Amino acid sequence: MSNRKIRVLVAKPGLDGHDRGAKVIARALRDAGMEVIYTGLRQTPEMIAAAALQEDVDAVGVSILSGAHNTLCPRIVQLLREKGMDDCLVLVGGIVPQEDLPKLKQQGVAEVFLPGTSTEDIVKFLRENVKPRD
Amino acid sequence: MPETKEPSSPVEVEKERWENETLDPALAKHPERKKSFQTVSLKEVDRLYTPADTEHVDFSRDIAFPGEFPYTRGIHPTGYRGKLWTMRQFAGFSTPEETNARFKYLLEQGQNGLSVAYDLPTLMGYDADSTLSEGEVGKCGVAVSSLADMEVLFDGIPLEKVTVSQTINAPASVLLAMYLVVAEKQGANWDKISGTLQNDILKEYIAQKEWIYPIKPAMKLVVDTFEFCTNHVPRYNPISVSGYHIREAGATAAQELAFTLRDGIEYVAWGVDAGLEVDRFVPRISFFFNAHNDFFEEIAKYRAARRIWAREMKERFGSSNERTLQLRFHTQTAGVSLTVQQPLNNIVRVAIQALAGVLGGTQSLHTDAYDEALALPTDRAALIALRTQQIIAEETGVVNTIDPLGGSYYLEALTQKMEDEALDYFRKIDAMGGMVGAIERGFPQREIQDSAYQYQKAVERGEQVIVGVNKYAMTDETSGVPILVIDESVRTHQVERLEQTRSQRDAGAVAKALDRLKLAAQNNENTMPATIDAVRAYASLGEICSALRDVYGIYEEPAF
Repeated sequence: MSNRKIRVLVAKPGLDGHDRGAKVIARALRDAGMEVIYTGLRQTPEMIAAAALQEDVDAVGVSILSGAHNTLCPRIVQLLREKGMDDCLVLVGGIVPQEDLPKLKQQGVAEVFLPGTSTEDIVKFLRENVKPRD
Repeated sequence: MPETKEPSSPVEVEKERWENETLDPALAKHPERKKSFQTVSLKEVDRLYTPADTEHVDFSRDIAFPGEFPYTRGIHPTGYRGKLWTMRQFAGFSTPEETNARFKYLLEQGQNGLSVAYDLPTLMGYDADSTLSEGEVGKCGVAVSSLADMEVLFDGIPLEKVTVSQTINAPASVLLAMYLVVAEKQGANWDKISGTLQNDILKEYIAQKEWIYPIKPAMKLVVDTFEFCTNHVPRYNPISVSGYHIREAGATAAQELAFTLRDGIEYVAWGVDAGLEVDRFVPRISFFFNAHNDFFEEIAKYRAARRIWAREMKERFGSSNERTLQLRFHTQTAGVSLTVQQPLNNIVRVAIQALAGVLGGTQSLHTDAYDEALALPTDRAALIALRTQQIIAEETGVVNTIDPLGGSYYLEALTQKMEDEALDYFRKIDAMGGMVGAIERGFPQREIQDSAYQYQKAVERGEQVIVGVNKYAMTDETSGVPILVIDESVRTHQVERLEQTRSQRDAGAVAKALDRLKLAAQNNENTMPATIDAVRAYASLGEICSALRDVYGIYEEPAF
């Protein structure tokens, strides 16, 4: 086991400015001892993937409430894979209809956290699913 | 901690006797359910309120009569006995054709005002064909890229008769121009047009975060609309100073109250600095508050809001005009309180929140649809939301007397506490040079983030209960609720109309109008006339905002 802290990029793609969730999650992950980088608002999938690579993160948490998840999330996964970040988890949090969940997971999203999720569950998911590095 | 303070009033002496003789034996037998009872803003609530808690509240100074200073009990001498609030449901999705049909449906169902929700590209000043608009067109509201879309949106809706509220901020002056040109084409006289533009850019930097330009030029655009409307559209409210989004971002009730009213004071100060006369433009400033779960805290907030505004307008700006002193507001139930889990429970939450708005004396009300934590509302969900208001108005009897909760020891003490907390924030913000200075320092933003985090932690500890989420949870409860899906064909449709508009307009006239607008912005002139001319020439929203971006630059949020 390495002592490396889990590194997470909290990302806010699209035009939506509702960042309450993103900021609460960022703080909760920090309080849980993780290293968190927040992208700020209105990042394109390309900007998010580039930041993930540069920051060498274990996971990208995408906060999205606008309904644009089907367009933006698969593209983020695809760009990460193109950069060779095969182990980087992509988590989605926000307003996503039940019907869209299977497709998002099939497209490589590790988990979708809907409104009402406890931040502790997200911490637990990351601890259990981030691949340990040497 | 036992009370050590000596009781001073007869009521306090009596209360101490009651505690010793009646309460303590009862507590010894049956302890209370928890150590501390808190509002949804995590403020401590006492076991019992008595006249001792309101001894600093003077009836004629602080409560008084409706329609009279300081308006704590409402701005109308007849309350809702004269006129009910306006039932104004916020709606907008997909194409202008689809939203136009929803508007007509709502009007047929007895709604008496309209409220437009625009999609994210429109809110950010981008056209439907911008690459930044991919995946977003028509999703969170209706897509409007030019006058051609606005003409379809209000087709068959007489703007001289129906009042329309528009939720638009950073590009508000452009959407106002489109609205005025559509009204003009319908043959309506601008003198008779009423309605409201949200146009509250300060709360964008604080909470909602749909900004375009840096703060100071953005404030200049707001003042331009004040001046233009005062002179040309006198019955129109050019701003709705909004606490709604501040609350949704995580603020407490007192923070919502304080930041919203301090924003209002900032707009008045900027208007005065630009040479506007207080009693000519302030009467058209309206407000917009949230209605959250904690019933009494919300009612206290609305009552305190009216009292503070009246006093501040009098003391800071020397006004004695009653229209300037009277705070008028719209209320919307708290979207953030709605749950994905067991969504029908939201109908009950909305009803209780709406009741608080009514008991607080709101002028207009939007009730959220029960499916809003899932997606935009379906027709059925939107109808139940409207019926909720109609039930409160027609069946409950709460409208029969004015400010029916006035005089409650708890409510009056809470109203006073709200006022004290707000004034405390005013002192801090004034010391930072006003709201613009406070925002530049990240002060309100940080206060709100802290409150949002504290609330989340209280929910996770189970101290704040959300029925169906952290208590009484079930599995599979969302299945069976139909939701509204907006597909990507909306963007194709909108891009086609935009291309058609571009091919049919006089390109030379558009270029000339945009140049004139830039010049007006550079020379610090009022930008409204040039914006209206650009809209008339069918310049698109994206083109107009881009011209202003060239002059003003864009806002970059500092990290905090």
